[in-house]
Amino acid sequence: MRIILLTSDALLFALLATFILLIFMALRKEHWRRPWKKVLEKPLGLLSLLIVILYFLVALLDSIHFVRALPETTNGALTQYSTQVESVLDNLMAPLGRITEKTYSAPLATKLYTKQSKLLPNGDWVRDYLPLTIITMTHAVPTPTIAACVAQGAVFTLLGMACLISVLLLIMSYRQHSFNQAWQRIFCKKTNFPWYTLLVTLAVLFFLISTTMLLIPYYHVFGTDKVGQDVLYAAIKSIRTGILIGTLTSLVMVPFAVILGMMAGYWGGLIDDIVQYLYTTLSSIPGVLLIAAAILSIQIYITNHPETFTTLNARADIRLLALCFILGITSWTSLCRVLRAETLKLRELDYIQAAKLLGTKDGRILANHILPNIMHIILITVVLDFSVLVLAEAVLTYVGVGVDPSTFSWGNMIDGARLEIAKDPLVWWPLTSAFLFMFVFILAANLLADSVRDAFDPRAED
Amino acid sequence: MTTILSCENLSVSLMLAGERYPVLNQLDFQLQPGKTFAIVGESGCGKSIMALALNQLLPPNAAYQENSAIFLGEEDLLLCSDVQMQTIRGKRIGMVFQEPMTALNPVFTIGQQLTEIFNAHHVHAEQSLQQHLIELLKQVGISDPVRCLRQYPHELSGGMKQRVVIAMAIALKPDILIADEPTTALDVTIQAQILDLLRSLQVRYGMAILLISHDLGVVSQMADDVAVMYAGQFVEQGPTQLLIRDPKHPYTQQLLAAIPRLDQHDRPLAYISGMVPGLTEPKAACPFANRCPYAWSRCWAEAPLSVEVTPLHRVSCHLYTEDPSMLADLKISEKQESFVVNPASNDHSEIAFSVEDARCYFPIKKGLLQRTVAMVKAVDGVSLCLKKGKTLALVGESGCGKTTLGKALSGLLPLTKGDIRWGANTEVLSATQWIKQVRQQLQMVFQDPFSSLNPRMMISQILSEGLLAHGLMPPKKEQLQLLQGLLDKVGLPQESLQRYPHEFSGGQRQRLSIARALAVNPSILICDEPTSALDVSVQAKILNLLKELQQKDHLAYLFITHDLAVVGYMADEVAVMYLGRIVEYGLREEILKTPKHPYTQALLRAKPMLGEERQLIAPVIGEPPSPIHPPVGCHFAGRCPFVMKQCLSEYPSERSVSATHQVRCFLYSE
Repeated sequence: MRIILLTSDALLFALLATFILLIFMALRKEHWRRPWKKVLEKPLGLLSLLIVILYFLVALLDSIHFVRALPETTNGALTQYSTQVESVLDNLMAPLGRITEKTYSAPLATKLYTKQSKLLPNGDWVRDYLPLTIITMTHAVPTPTIAACVAQGAVFTLLGMACLISVLLLIMSYRQHSFNQAWQRIFCKKTNFPWYTLLVTLAVLFFLISTTMLLIPYYHVFGTDKVGQDVLYAAIKSIRTGILIGTLTSLVMVPFAVILGMMAGYWGGLIDDIVQYLYTTLSSIPGVLLIAAAILSIQIYITNHPETFTTLNARADIRLLALCFILGITSWTSLCRVLRAETLKLRELDYIQAAKLLGTKDGRILANHILPNIMHIILITVVLDFSVLVLAEAVLTYVGVGVDPSTFSWGNMIDGARLEIAKDPLVWWPLTSAFLFMFVFILAANLLADSVRDAFDPRAED
Repeated sequence: MTTILSCENLSVSLMLAGERYPVLNQLDFQLQPGKTFAIVGESGCGKSIMALALNQLLPPNAAYQENSAIFLGEEDLLLCSDVQMQTIRGKRIGMVFQEPMTALNPVFTIGQQLTEIFNAHHVHAEQSLQQHLIELLKQVGISDPVRCLRQYPHELSGGMKQRVVIAMAIALKPDILIADEPTTALDVTIQAQILDLLRSLQVRYGMAILLISHDLGVVSQMADDVAVMYAGQFVEQGPTQLLIRDPKHPYTQQLLAAIPRLDQHDRPLAYISGMVPGLTEPKAACPFANRCPYAWSRCWAEAPLSVEVTPLHRVSCHLYTEDPSMLADLKISEKQESFVVNPASNDHSEIAFSVEDARCYFPIKKGLLQRTVAMVKAVDGVSLCLKKGKTLALVGESGCGKTTLGKALSGLLPLTKGDIRWGANTEVLSATQWIKQVRQQLQMVFQDPFSSLNPRMMISQILSEGLLAHGLMPPKKEQLQLLQGLLDKVGLPQESLQRYPHEFSGGQRQRLSIARALAVNPSILICDEPTSALDVSVQAKILNLLKELQQKDHLAYLFITHDLAVVGYMADEVAVMYLGRIVEYGLREEILKTPKHPYTQALLRAKPMLGEERQLIAPVIGEPPSPIHPPVGCHFAGRCPFVMKQCLSEYPSERSVSATHQVRCFLYSE
């Protein structure tokens, strides 16, 4: 087995490390801890944060890639590796995505969606709804009913929650030195923290995940698509793409916006003029045009340099990165404008003047006085923009200038649904699942952004 | 005497985080036609919420308590519906707000905004509406009403806007005018004009005025009756002159003592220890108990009832309900002043720095090529000399260039021209040399305590900023000691180091500002209105602190202010500024006792003083001209009561009244 590190994986992990470091540093500062506590104390904030964390977890697990070694050959040659790149998530979800059907099948169906020709033992051909491979493969055991899986999932959930609550109680009573107090804190609303929201959300998520896991070996929970690929698998694999686009784009965008915005606002004059011309020009070019041009030229570059991008995955990956980069380049202008205005306002404040009087250098003023005071704007914009970017990916892919067609993404799924909706009988599940996964994520991200904005709003401070 | 409005047991409580807190407590008062009733108190004592309560405009988390009643004539306003209240607001109760800038909608002309009032109340004047509006604006003293109707709010000055706001309030001839700090945002000469206007309108229409103010001077000039408010209660109530001459409640007594007087140079100001209690803080039965020098156990246990000490003069204090013999036993803890003001030494102290002919011009650029079309002469030829251990006060109204001068001297704004000399040196320094040399020597204390400290920095970081910039930071071990020493100097507890600015009150923040400036051991401190955003009782503490520090460290102060009473306490020398130039310069006694320039005289007379008889006419008319197109002759000529022909054609040169006293006025030419 050999670990494969794609460029986007490396960037995602680097980003995660920075994030954890930042959180660690922020937790030591009181004025950062306070608003985050506020986010956690709101039921809706906590709920959306849990869902966003779940999505991120999936994306991270999907970013640890490796290839398996092929069985040893006898002649003692070097170990050969399979060309199939897998991720940790694939193995966790197995056998999800491993079993493919011939073509469309409805969610939780036992037979194909369309009639196929079949050779009978007597040599006759008949057209019939054939049973799915997933059913015929598990011939050894009888296929459990859906109700049985659900019931089993519920039992698991109850057991799991009981375990979780007792562990929580144990930890809390150890810290509070009293079991009673711990019990009251969790169940009698003694604290501001919404314990009920936490427990109910966890229970629901636990139930959904365990039931799905139980169903996976015997059913295609969300059906299969045109080539018989499991739709649930595609929708889950798309999470990584969406999150990569959301985070890596911010990574490109934020430094541009912050550095240029602060410089323009603080020094004014010629620097301000240049930055303003830059972003006015950039935002007057239609974004889609710019993105299309960049993606097409990247594609040409990839085809002309086959030696650099040896695997299919590497090619898809570089295209995804290019998309992030170009989205970042086109979307820093609005944040830059806001930051410039804020810096312009801060520059005139007395404490900046006092710092100048004390002889503090400009660089230090920017880093110590201005940056901490515009940080909340950056945070709010990044969180708000995140959902916009995930949506942008879907739209761009639909238009044909998004990610590589071989990459799993909600945009690709929606693009494919163009023809399916026109079919009779209607094939509704690929579109619906992509929509469901995206909707839950965007809604959670937006709700989280809302509570973050409320918590950081200086006017709302007691 | 008839009563128009009577408030009975008015109590309001506020819902905060699920708990009810009383903000107004059992207020009783009557308004009578043609009379002014004033409510005074420090910020945060519930004055403004009372004005809203009378109009039923309380915020959604506030509620009237049981037994509250507001009778307007026979009608109880608290039983009125919203629709009924809409016909009462504006028509029977007019309102004038503190901030004229925000009381008018910037996208409508004055005419449109005035018309709106008549339309809203379906009132149609007998004359044409246009005629009526012109009449109305004339009444509030607007000289060109026809033009004013077409103008937008931004085209008017602050004083004019406040006149328009008053016009809106009296448009429907209400019975009651509520004026919530109507002159706080205005300059002292304009304030006198507006107060004048309110008085004349009151005489004309026989309105009852409810004046809400923090300024006892204004109140003593305007009000017939006054109530002193503290933590949502009236602690003392009575006829104005009686109350000011013979205050009974300890709070009133101390509030009056904290106001600096023109002749109070040689003894520290009295102040009230502690702060106004916050809404959510637990209070003693008498809310003033924890700040009161007389407080004893009863004050904590039992709320004092209102008693009538002399006819009409009511006080809520146990001092006046107690048996007199018991009072004699009561030991009053005399407050010890922390320092003694040294007698002013008249010796010639060393010069800290001097500046000659300082000019600060700002170009106004227009057009595609950004050509300079005009110059704003914010500071136009000012000469000053600052002495070590002394205070030079720079006095003037807003827009006269005093803050610009302060910032230019400290290098925050470029000086267009000016010869600066350090100490007694004869060498003239260029602006960049000056900044290099004095960066550490000269520091500034700003006006607004809320914007002068970075909310994201801990106090220890704020205080050590200057030390780091100048490489003065001592090794780790001594660091803490140094910073704690700084806090000690300004009278703050040592635990403050690990806290953030939002945990401090306005007065404490101003102390922190001072500590930050002192960290680098400066010899000159420019104080830009350091107390104008603070309450009187807090102001006294800050002024005392500044004076104490000056005596200890021999600091030179350039004290920028608009308040002559503060000048009387702080200054050794005074420079009076008008439209970028100094019109009078002299020792404190000379300026305050024998002012020569008509502008200085006007400033002194316009300042409402305590206990004086009502002044009937504002000392000067009009408003300062624009610094873009200053008048040809003397800048003050347009407003001067003694204007002569000469004044209109040439600017007066400097004349010496005495060796230390100079004035720029033709009245004093030989």
